[in-house]
Amino acid sequence: MAHLRIERRTAPLWVRPLIPIIAVVITFTLTASLVVLAKANPLEAYYYFLIAPLSNRVSAIEVLVKSTPLILTGAAVTFAFSSGYWNIGAEGQLYAGAVAAAWLGTILGGVPAPIAISIMVAGGFLAGMLWALPPALLKIKLAVDEVVTTLLLNTVILFIVSFLLNGPWRDPVSGWPQSPQIADSAIFPKLLPQARLHSGFILGLIIIIGLWFILSRTSLGLKMRATGLGMEAARFAGVNVGRTVLTAALISGGIAGVAGVGEVAGIHFHLIDAISPGYGYTGIIIAMLGGLNPFGVGLAAVFIGLLSTGGQTVSRALGVPAYLGDVVQAALLLVTLAAFSLQNYRIRWVTGESRSSPKISTGVYKKSDSD
Amino acid sequence: MPAIFMSGVTKRFGTVLANDHIDFSLEQGEIHALLGENGAGKTTLMRILYGLYHPDEGEILVDGKLVHIPSPKEAIAAGIGMVAQHFTLVPSLTVAENVVLGYTRGLGFDPVSAQRNVAEAATRFGIETNPSALVRHLSVGERQRVEILKALFRNARILIMDEPTSVLVPQEVDVLFCTLERLRQAGLSVIFISHKLNEVMSVCDRITVLRQGRVVGTVDKTASSQVELACMMVGRETFGVIRQGEPPEGKVLLKLDHLSAIDKKGLPALKQISLDIHAGEILGIAGVSGNGQAELARVLAGTLKPTGGRIMVEDQNLTGADPTHFLAAGVGRIPEERQEGIIGELSVAENLVLERLDDFTHNGLMDRNRIRQHGEQLIVEYQIKAQPTDRMRTLSGGNVQKVVLARALSNKPHVIVASQPTRGLDIGATEYVRSKLLEQRDQGVAVLLISEDLDEILALADRIAVIYEGCIVDVIPTRGATMEQLGLMMSGAWEVPHGTSQN
Repeated sequence: MAHLRIERRTAPLWVRPLIPIIAVVITFTLTASLVVLAKANPLEAYYYFLIAPLSNRVSAIEVLVKSTPLILTGAAVTFAFSSGYWNIGAEGQLYAGAVAAAWLGTILGGVPAPIAISIMVAGGFLAGMLWALPPALLKIKLAVDEVVTTLLLNTVILFIVSFLLNGPWRDPVSGWPQSPQIADSAIFPKLLPQARLHSGFILGLIIIIGLWFILSRTSLGLKMRATGLGMEAARFAGVNVGRTVLTAALISGGIAGVAGVGEVAGIHFHLIDAISPGYGYTGIIIAMLGGLNPFGVGLAAVFIGLLSTGGQTVSRALGVPAYLGDVVQAALLLVTLAAFSLQNYRIRWVTGESRSSPKISTGVYKKSDSD
Repeated sequence: MPAIFMSGVTKRFGTVLANDHIDFSLEQGEIHALLGENGAGKTTLMRILYGLYHPDEGEILVDGKLVHIPSPKEAIAAGIGMVAQHFTLVPSLTVAENVVLGYTRGLGFDPVSAQRNVAEAATRFGIETNPSALVRHLSVGERQRVEILKALFRNARILIMDEPTSVLVPQEVDVLFCTLERLRQAGLSVIFISHKLNEVMSVCDRITVLRQGRVVGTVDKTASSQVELACMMVGRETFGVIRQGEPPEGKVLLKLDHLSAIDKKGLPALKQISLDIHAGEILGIAGVSGNGQAELARVLAGTLKPTGGRIMVEDQNLTGADPTHFLAAGVGRIPEERQEGIIGELSVAENLVLERLDDFTHNGLMDRNRIRQHGEQLIVEYQIKAQPTDRMRTLSGGNVQKVVLARALSNKPHVIVASQPTRGLDIGATEYVRSKLLEQRDQGVAVLLISEDLDEILALADRIAVIYEGCIVDVIPTRGATMEQLGLMMSGAWEVPHGTSQN
């Protein structure tokens, strides 16, 4: 009897880099019907999505502006995920960094810019770390699931920000729920004239390189990877798993905090409620899309930056809802994750009698549990 | 007419012949033991009967009729029920709900009548249980009774029990045996998988012994003895590497003093174990799997904290210490499961330095040249077929074990704790690993060899400690030890003579 069979396999090496590309193609195919529903031509839509933003200077720079916080949150999440610590709290840690920046920015007037900016970055890093500390401690001391705690703390800090903006920090001049403008010396320098691109982008690139260096060249990086890839074996080999996870979690929180500093000191110049439209969560998409490889993460961040700029372009040019961009992003994550796990299987057309091998559904024979 | 008749049943997994032309018959109303060591093929045979595996050859007759059993559904329809080692109950449901689960018709479910039906069935079969209790509140023994009731509720006339006593405390074992005896009198047939001789002798009518996938023989309980069964179970030819000469009496390098530990379920796994391992000797821990060996290995690797007693390595107290301390004290460890020790996604060279990363680090930076050289050197020295940069998961089992061995021995240990060091390896790799262990012994290292392979223990160990239910039954010199004696000790049928239980 001929039939199809699904088998496990080890994916050939050349498959992995192809996966993001395949995922993009599948995603665009899947979302094409929505574009049609929005009364637009899919091919045209994808032109505005991917090509148009890069075809003029203003929107090309805007892509980099959009990717700046994403590079940072993507790197933050990668740091934690590489160590097997599932930090879903980059969003909250970003807000913690933004709060610190908004506060430091107002008291650093008169301080020379290089010093003021260094203090802003350090303060934001520290604030992100502090916000990441309780879940990390709960994880390593009491084995409390960090997915839950880091996620819930995101909501907590959003309310704290709301409280600050509607209470003590409310702008005395306008009365809007926004913090006072930060000092000029605390503002991130612009990289190009007449564009929003600020030095936070350079900071992001430095952190990507730093991430690569730590993961691949330091013993901390090897301990982190060992912990993430095989916690039991790492513990067996004498790696202090708890300390490694704590370090990774704190650095992760710190980098996310720096993302918040960049938004305050580079874009808005004060704290607002909606300073992040979910950069922390998008960071998770980026980390997975980049396959937890630092440079892959950098590319994925720019790519998502392109998609969100493209989402706006497409909606302006074709009159489709801007939410279409979000749909494409979300679909892309699901497809990428599916592609990464499905690469370990292949479908084979089997002919003839095949009763000799056990089906996947009945479990793989293991020597240890069969007497 | 036998209730079950299996003839010529053969099952291969890849190159492993798990069942080799097995003939087996179960009479109506008997309790029939399937006896054998780990890996003898008992569970495989029963999974075939229950439709979980499909035989490559052979046929099965139920009540004289040829049947085809592609899945458990057909097995249940043929009146066969199985109680697996690991229960399949839903903890958050009641006993009654668990019993009727998957055995209701239509979409409706009436909890009241379900409870009534289950209570009625429990009374009829004489199984003591409370149908309205939640399963998660039940003890292991009670859960097992629910599993039995579940099978009987589906009109099973043939009950397969896979190592039913391995999860029970002694009192619960007695209750189980009473239940089985009652069911037998009611005309039920039971297949009882076990490797414990005393239990087999106390509850079964006939015994079929399996060894390495073949039937050694079927005997009546009345016409046999524990000694005969032990021989049938373990007796076989030895091969390969064998230790030479008796070791000189060295000083004690590893001392376990009333060491106790609990397993993952919180049950006592090691009960006040005391052992001395001397320089230049191999002490073998023999026993059937699941008698505390895994916990002993983990306690001595530093990954499981003991609940009592002391671990002394030379003059250092390592009780409750971390793996780092065991490594620093010169303990080389070979874990039972290879993935317990190595990380598949890291490279061979990275895995080889993981235990002593500080030696290859300057100011936090890895010395990548030395890590690669170290890898290359060990690859040559230990004949590992791999490149230093290869991902560990691409290596064969034998090469993975050589990496584990190379890492442990390159630390120049004084004490080695090796757990199932040759399990699953081919003959070449097995001999290599064994010769390395003997080499270490000859260099004055104290080796603790935990193995379920009696051949291995007899070939390598100078003294043998038999472990049974978390206790050391006795420690005997290998010279003069017989298979028969070891078989009896391993299956709990050995009375320790007074005054000889110490080293």
